[in-house]
Amino acid sequence: MDKINIKINGQSLQVPADITVLEAAKYANIEIPTLCYMKGLCEIGACRICLAEVKGGRSLVAACVFPVFDGMEVQTNTPAIRESRKHTLELIVSDHKRECLSCVRSGSCQLQTLCHDYGVEENTFKGMTYDYEIDDKSPSIVRDNSKCVLCRRCIKACSDVQSVSVIDAVYRGFKTNISCAFGHSLNDSPCVYCGQCVVVCPTGALYEKDDTKKVFDAIADPDKKVFVFAAPSIRVTLGEAFDMPLGSIVTGKLAAALKRMGFDGVYDMNMTADLTIMEEAHEFLERVKSGENLPLITSCSPGWVKFCEHYYPDLIENMSSCKSPQQMFGAVLKTYFAEKNNLKPEDVFVVSIIPCTAKKFELGRDHQDAAGVSDVDVALTTRELARMIKSDGIDFAALEDEEFDNPFGTGTGAAVIFGASGGVLEAALRTACHWLDDKFEMVNFNEVRGPKGVRRVTYKIAGMDVKVGVASGLANARELLDAVKNGEEEFHMIEIMACPGGCINGGGQPNQSDSVRNNVDLVAARTKAIYEADEGLPLRKSHENPDVKRIYDDYLGVPGSDKAHHVLHTKAIKRSVFKYLNQGRRFIIQK
Amino acid sequence: MSQAAAIPFTGTKEQEQELQKSIDLHKSQKGALMPVIQEAQRIYGYMPEEVQKMVAEGMGVSLSEIFGIVTFYSQFSLTPKGKYKVVICMGTACYVIGAGKILERFEKELGINDGECTSDMLFSLNGARCVGACGLAPVISINEDVYGKVDEAMVPEILSKYKE
Repeated sequence: MDKINIKINGQSLQVPADITVLEAAKYANIEIPTLCYMKGLCEIGACRICLAEVKGGRSLVAACVFPVFDGMEVQTNTPAIRESRKHTLELIVSDHKRECLSCVRSGSCQLQTLCHDYGVEENTFKGMTYDYEIDDKSPSIVRDNSKCVLCRRCIKACSDVQSVSVIDAVYRGFKTNISCAFGHSLNDSPCVYCGQCVVVCPTGALYEKDDTKKVFDAIADPDKKVFVFAAPSIRVTLGEAFDMPLGSIVTGKLAAALKRMGFDGVYDMNMTADLTIMEEAHEFLERVKSGENLPLITSCSPGWVKFCEHYYPDLIENMSSCKSPQQMFGAVLKTYFAEKNNLKPEDVFVVSIIPCTAKKFELGRDHQDAAGVSDVDVALTTRELARMIKSDGIDFAALEDEEFDNPFGTGTGAAVIFGASGGVLEAALRTACHWLDDKFEMVNFNEVRGPKGVRRVTYKIAGMDVKVGVASGLANARELLDAVKNGEEEFHMIEIMACPGGCINGGGQPNQSDSVRNNVDLVAARTKAIYEADEGLPLRKSHENPDVKRIYDDYLGVPGSDKAHHVLHTKAIKRSVFKYLNQGRRFIIQK
Repeated sequence: MSQAAAIPFTGTKEQEQELQKSIDLHKSQKGALMPVIQEAQRIYGYMPEEVQKMVAEGMGVSLSEIFGIVTFYSQFSLTPKGKYKVVICMGTACYVIGAGKILERFEKELGINDGECTSDMLFSLNGARCVGACGLAPVISINEDVYGKVDEAMVPEILSKYKE
């Protein structure tokens, strides 16, 4: 790449010729503040916070979109720039619902950080304000336009990354707001609840439905047995919420923290990730044998499942009938475990810790009630758990490692990698290959891993060519799904994760500052930790999990049995895209 | 919360076919959403939910995107025009002499907001930019009839001429 010479704040340096002023400043260790910009996602130069002064220029320029040129001289810290940024912030704040004391994003809000850094006064501009109705009707995501800065990152995440596009900017001028069509609730829209909008929101305008109180109440209820389990990816992300370095593996601290919170049993969702593989690998081999409903498409990601139901209803039969690991865990606790311990399913309160906002929706779906009551009672995101740990006064980073409780405390490496895109498929292959050929030794299927959004691999297994596909991010998924739907490509198995990179980048994962998101490969750092955690475990194939073996011996029989079907499998349904559930006309969502 | 008056959709098969023709013509063209929405607005006179759905489905884009476009450009309307189109001049001269109050009074008398249409389809109400009759400010027009030097109190009497 050609290099050019530029000067930033008097400092001469060489930078690549095809970058922006914002990126160039980073070479000089200067971070220009941003609000609407997010690398690779939203580069529209709309918010005017990143303004810089280019010598010879007519006016201040938006550094996030302004390209560098040879001989360019840039200033990023003149009084004019500081004043402009401050004024812009004061204008934004003048129509911002200022409840920073209680806001869920207090401390991780980009607007709050900027206002602090620029000494913004709250009441410089007193003008008209809009008080929007909070949309909290969905089980997963809350939208509060009164805190929206109109950066449009959520729109980009929804349309460009996920190709779902249920929210857009509507109306114009001062009335502009982010809304579903006709001002309907997300709950009535074909939203898949992936939460990618939430993780890119710079303020508290988008957040998960907070269920922490339900869990605190259940723990305090002497009549309830409250069990908790944590999803694979939580162990590589929870540390971020306590200022630990990206990619810290905190499995032991996670178990220790949950035990201190007063749960009656602290388990590892890896156990049911392994159980999922037993059922799914069995289902896979059955389908390969019969040749029916191929490719088998994974069903662990509830955002993907809902996406399939709305946008690819023709492929519902291809989806695995397996419940997700979360739902399997709840089902096992309320059937097998409850029976064994003489507990009534109604008295068992099941809490999952998940990286996902769609899981909050999933637990309320039909056919997720093996014991006649909802398999799972509450799903908490990584962020919610972090808040609970903080409010319980637990010094997370200082905790000594502890183990998960028995009898569901064991998980294999195959389960850990559920957290990264390609992991479920790899885990299924580890077990399916063993079943087809018990001399098959390969453990790492490196070809299905990696940062690419779509991957296709053919493996030679037991004399057969097995073609598999992996996609993460729903816009990427369309590439594989369209090819299958149109008969252009044939696969035996496809793994789809709604979130780009998989659960490690889920909509419920810890907020990261713009500075981190724009300069560090978050997905790569978290993925690396997932595979490290896999490599570090003694058991790496799901069928080797002793807890899983015991559940089959004691209760379920064999994978695919009637009992297993009753407890561990579910159904998907067709859902519409263009028909909004709530047909009432409500065009204006201002209160 | 403001709610647009519930006006039943009365689109015909012919209108649907005409819109479908436009969709077929533009479907494969990149960036051709605007002409299709313009056609839809011309065919139906407004862009109700039903029409937006037809465009969304036909063009393969999301409803929220259509809704975003329809609410952004003033050339599109979410509500139909009534038999009598009440237009209040909101130009500078009319505005400073009280057009805002007149608009409010019309809203109150008709029970609808600016930009909406009564459920009997008799009256629609719109604020407009300068109509060029500043000497008569404040000015309103109802179809071809123009009223000058209007006072808020005259509103019921003016409307009564058109009520059937």
